[in-house]
Amino acid sequence: MHIMMFTERPYYDVPEDEIIRNASYFGIPNEHFNPDVGGQLYNSYFDEAVYAEQVGFDGIMLNEHHGTPFCMGAVMNIEAAVLARITERVKIVLLGNPLPVADPLRLAEELAMIDMISGGRLVPGWVRGAGSESIYNNANPAYNRELFNEAHDFIIKAWTEPGPFRFEGKHYHYRYVNPWVLPVQKPHPQMWIPGLVSQETVVWCARHKYPYLALATFLDPTLEMVKLYRDIAAEEGYESGPENFGYLQRIVVAETEEKAQEMGRAFMYGGGINAFARPEWMFPPGYNSKAATRRLARVSVDPNSGEETLVLKPTSTPEELEASRNDIYSRFQGEQDNLQLICGTPDTVIPKIRHIMETIRPGIFAMWHHHGPVSHEDRMTSIRLLGEEVLPAMRSIADELDLPGPYERLPGSRPLAVPVGG
Amino acid sequence: MTVSIDGFTESTINVGGTGVTLLRSGSGPPLLVFHEELGHPGWLAWHADMAQDNALLLPVHPGFGQLPRADWVANVRDLAGFYSRMLREMALGPVDVIGFSLGGWIAAEMAAADAGQFRRMALVAPTGVRPPDGEILDLFILTARAYLDASVHDAAATPEFASLYGEETPEQFEAWEDARAESARLAWKPYMHNPSLPHLLEGVQGLPSLIVWGREDRIVPVSAGHAYNRAIAGSELLVLDKCGHRPEIEHTSEFVNRLRGFLAQE
Repeated sequence: MHIMMFTERPYYDVPEDEIIRNASYFGIPNEHFNPDVGGQLYNSYFDEAVYAEQVGFDGIMLNEHHGTPFCMGAVMNIEAAVLARITERVKIVLLGNPLPVADPLRLAEELAMIDMISGGRLVPGWVRGAGSESIYNNANPAYNRELFNEAHDFIIKAWTEPGPFRFEGKHYHYRYVNPWVLPVQKPHPQMWIPGLVSQETVVWCARHKYPYLALATFLDPTLEMVKLYRDIAAEEGYESGPENFGYLQRIVVAETEEKAQEMGRAFMYGGGINAFARPEWMFPPGYNSKAATRRLARVSVDPNSGEETLVLKPTSTPEELEASRNDIYSRFQGEQDNLQLICGTPDTVIPKIRHIMETIRPGIFAMWHHHGPVSHEDRMTSIRLLGEEVLPAMRSIADELDLPGPYERLPGSRPLAVPVGG
Repeated sequence: MTVSIDGFTESTINVGGTGVTLLRSGSGPPLLVFHEELGHPGWLAWHADMAQDNALLLPVHPGFGQLPRADWVANVRDLAGFYSRMLREMALGPVDVIGFSLGGWIAAEMAAADAGQFRRMALVAPTGVRPPDGEILDLFILTARAYLDASVHDAAATPEFASLYGEETPEQFEAWEDARAESARLAWKPYMHNPSLPHLLEGVQGLPSLIVWGREDRIVPVSAGHAYNRAIAGSELLVLDKCGHRPEIEHTSEFVNRLRGFLAQE
């Protein structure tokens, strides 16, 4: 099993009232951003990544969002380049680069450089980006899926086909492709794809034999996607297994239950993930498929996952603000009851993690170990406890359950078992 | 197949392999109607009035209704070229035309390419020209509902607004999202305008043009109306007081009277 550490690298020095009033992290005026604080935070997060490597994590997972204190990874590849130099062993897992808002040729070069500097430790991943990424970067959301597909195909070509060549696509046009930086890993690095259980993405992953990593989604819809992936893999003539699946879990570990509850509560800060962006920014025109729009029109759920979501509304009076805050924090216990958020000491969290491992059978496990205002000291304690106590237990459970990661068994490498009589 | 929808009769025509839903009503000289960026709003009082002495022809832009879009149409100028072909194949020109907002932009692009397609052109608060003062409200970072709420000056004093947009059904939401998506394909960047359009409009000669605007338009500032007025030789700019982006539903009788008078001229 491949176990990696994840954090959104939040910029949490924003008054919570500002976030609740705006009903969204995206859209908060950047007058609340202090570059000195931001710089210190980046370096703290780098220190924590190095420490995670020391205590035994297999990978550091990064992500990218733009124009929001929710995540400071505005240009994730710069962070990855630093990690490539200051870490020695861990995989640098980028989940993912939002292809529709990138220049694919430059992206192919940036990633190749990170792979070279790290000595072949890069795991690139691709995402469509949240809707707010399309708005922020002015990348037409109505072509989001087309841009994603074409950029992906181009990058693989740039990495694997000898240059120079000319590329004339529908959206991307390059007259002279001949990169003088290429990945160390041949023919190219493994690519992992994160998602929120959108069927289209799962099918795409299965066709490409790319591991699919569900981002802290409910277990039932996640299991449905595991089954869908398995069916498509069978169509493609291979057997999928744990090496094809990953799961991101919000998990907070501390020395005491009280401390873990306090740190877990910070995940709800400002509305937490439910306040990522307002609907009009999450779903700009054409970003959703017609099927997703149809679901969105009929029930108040995430159109990709079908899950009920807390829909926050901007507030204008102190009473509305308090009502919104109460709504947010009233969900804290429920989040723990349904295992969306696991908080505790190593002893109390391990059985819950075991349940997830038994249910989803992932070969990749990402631990989102803090969010909101949590001190560097508490984050370091969390990493230490995870490394010293939780990771060894998980490795032993993974052996018992036979959950190989994608570096133990190559995804898509197992031929389909011939059915009896077939 | 022909079916009736409110006061319209609906049929499907084929333009170079792309199906277009064509709504028709009334009889008399044809009046081509181009709808706005949130799609065809439905049967309105001004349609009923004008259909008394005109044959209204309202194509639903491909991708805005039930029929699939044309994949090669990447911008409003492409769509204008598509409609020029439709007019040629229907042997309609020169025809009277009226366009609303995005639909006005389509008509203006067609006029800029070949003014001879039209006999007379009415533009109602068209997008397409960057306002010298102010900005076009960004439909793509708002909900359709918020955009519509900004489209009239005084919703309470606009009964047709409430009957059109009072209740939001799932089907209505889907239709708006389809329209927003197709509008984004046509006009995402530069947003809702074409920098070359004013220059090409300056070459238009001899096309009688009426430009109608609401003084309180919060979607496209009235400064864009003055820019259109300056670009199109001999055009008339009519600015209505206490009026937003929808003169046809906000001041229906004045709107219809002025339009009738304009079209009646030889």
